[in-house]
Order: sequence, then structure tokens, then C-alpha cells
Amino acid sequence: MRLSPDALIFWQHGFLKLNGTIVFTWALMLVLVVGSKLITRKLRSDLKPARWQCLLEIVVAGIKTQIEDVGLHDPRKYMGFIGTLFLFVALASLCTIIPGYEPPTASLSTTAALALCVLVAAPFFGIQEQGLSDYLKSYAEPTAMMLPFNIISELSRTLALAVRLFGNMMSGTMIIAILLTITPFIFPIAMSVLGLLTGMVQAYIFSILAAVYIAAATREDKQEAESTQDIKT
Amino acid sequence: MDSMTLIAIASIITAGLTIALGSIGPALGEGRAVAIALSSLAQQPDAATTITRTLFVGLAMIESIAIYCFVVSMILIFANPFWSHVIAPAVGK
Repeated sequence: MRLSPDALIFWQHGFLKLNGTIVFTWALMLVLVVGSKLITRKLRSDLKPARWQCLLEIVVAGIKTQIEDVGLHDPRKYMGFIGTLFLFVALASLCTIIPGYEPPTASLSTTAALALCVLVAAPFFGIQEQGLSDYLKSYAEPTAMMLPFNIISELSRTLALAVRLFGNMMSGTMIIAILLTITPFIFPIAMSVLGLLTGMVQAYIFSILAAVYIAAATREDKQEAESTQDIKT
Repeated sequence: MDSMTLIAIASIITAGLTIALGSIGPALGEGRAVAIALSSLAQQPDAATTITRTLFVGLAMIESIAIYCFVVSMILIFANPFWSHVIAPAVGK
């Protein structure tokens, strides 16, 4: 019984390994890129767009609304990053229907990589919005004594992001594998459905948490509170 | 009892205890969270989307504690370094 798709090796030469995680990740990337390219070849803005264009518009508009609700007032800047996180994790868990497929997010390498992207993105957007000195000063708020705790909280929430997604995906696949050896008829299907549901929820959670960390780093919530206070006074 | 048996016994018992005790807290916490979310939904139905979204985010954070315990339990059963170290001479590496 495999703990993760890292152990599924398709080809090996010396220390170069082509394992299941790499193959499935690249397959997902191919589907996303080629699919979007094909759908957006002839974009129409009249009243009767093509069906697949409607689907993409629903998805993109939904992500834009969610980012705005979190408090980021210019969602176009962040939609590329947060939308990609959501689409990748959602497609990775949706494709578990396909037999022989294992979600690459069931490997700690993939989820650690995604969490590291969020770890780098939050200061990147923060410095882009506030400037380097203002952003670094925010680590010493509310007092300078909080500096180590703020840094530790940055690292621990990155770790939590990685382990949360990995644990959810890995437990889904492992439960199905264990049930297949015990009662192979109805229960694995029920657990597959549950795995699909938790996969979608975890994709949403991952992207929303990334958006919340970016909003905290760019201080959009504080700026909004200050501007409403100015209007009141 | 040699060290191999001791490591096996300790790993199995700890794996079971980890996941058993580790799921009590998150389950109680999630139950409380959903109960309070339902009562606030009943009080303010037009804030339903905000309440639902915040509920899901909060549930995911609570759930991750149970996930940590599950990961530790799986490591003890399937990727146990002490067990592989102690079984390596028997496998003949």
C-alpha cells in the first residue's frame, strides 16, 4: 500500500526518477493550459457566447467575487495566483474519478511546493503594495517584542497549509485503498464521493487562506478601516 | 522481548491511541462551531453567504488538528523509520 504517488515509479535512470507525482502534475497542467487555450481562441462578448466560454466565465467571475469578499479590492492583480491555486487543487481532486489516477496533491512534495509559493507570494504582494520598509515594520506590530512570534506564525501557517492539504488528500486515497481490501462493493464508492467533496472544500480552503494571508500582508483591511473612519469624521 | 517486538508493539499502540484521542477534540470543536453557525443563520438569514464561508474556513482549521494526528498515525504504521531500521538486517540489505 503506497503512502503517496511518489512511490509509483514509471521510469528510472540513475538518480533521475519519473514518479507518479510528476507525471500526474504535468498531465493536469497540460489539461488546464490546452483546455483554456482552446476555449479562449474565439472569445465573443455578444449575447450568445459559446458554451465552454460560459463555463470559464462562471468560474472566473466566482473566483473574482470570492477574492473581493476576502477584502482585496483589486482582484485582477491576485486572480492569476489565487485562481491557479484553486483550479489546480480542484482539478487534481476532481480527476480521482478516472481509474488509475492518483492525485498529485496526495504527496507532501506537491503540497509543500504550493505552500512555499504562498509563503513567497504574501511578502511579495505586501512589498508591492506597501513598500519594503512599511511591510517590514508591520512585523514589529503591535510591539517590537512580537517580532519572533510574527515570524513563527508565518512559518507555522505555511506548514499548516501544506499538511492540511496533504492529510486530506492522502486520507481520501488511503481510505479507499483500505476499503477495497475489506468490502469491495459499495463502501469504496461512498468514500470516493466523500473524497470528491473534501477535495473541492480543501481546494476552496487553500485558495481562500492564501487570499487571506495576502490581504493581511497588503493591509487592505486596515486601509479600508482607516478610509471609512476618515469619511465618518 | 527483543527490540523488534518492542518497537512493533509501541508503534501499533501509539498509532491507535494517536488517532483515537486526537479526533475527540476536533469533533467536539466542530460540533460547537456548526451549532453556533446554525443559530446565527436562524437569527440573520441574509448574512448566509458570509456565515457559511466563515464556517467552512473555521471547520477546515479545526479539522487540520485531526489531520495532523492522522498523519502521525499513518507515519507510524506505513513509514516508520524505527521499524525500517530494525527490520533492515532481517530483509538483508
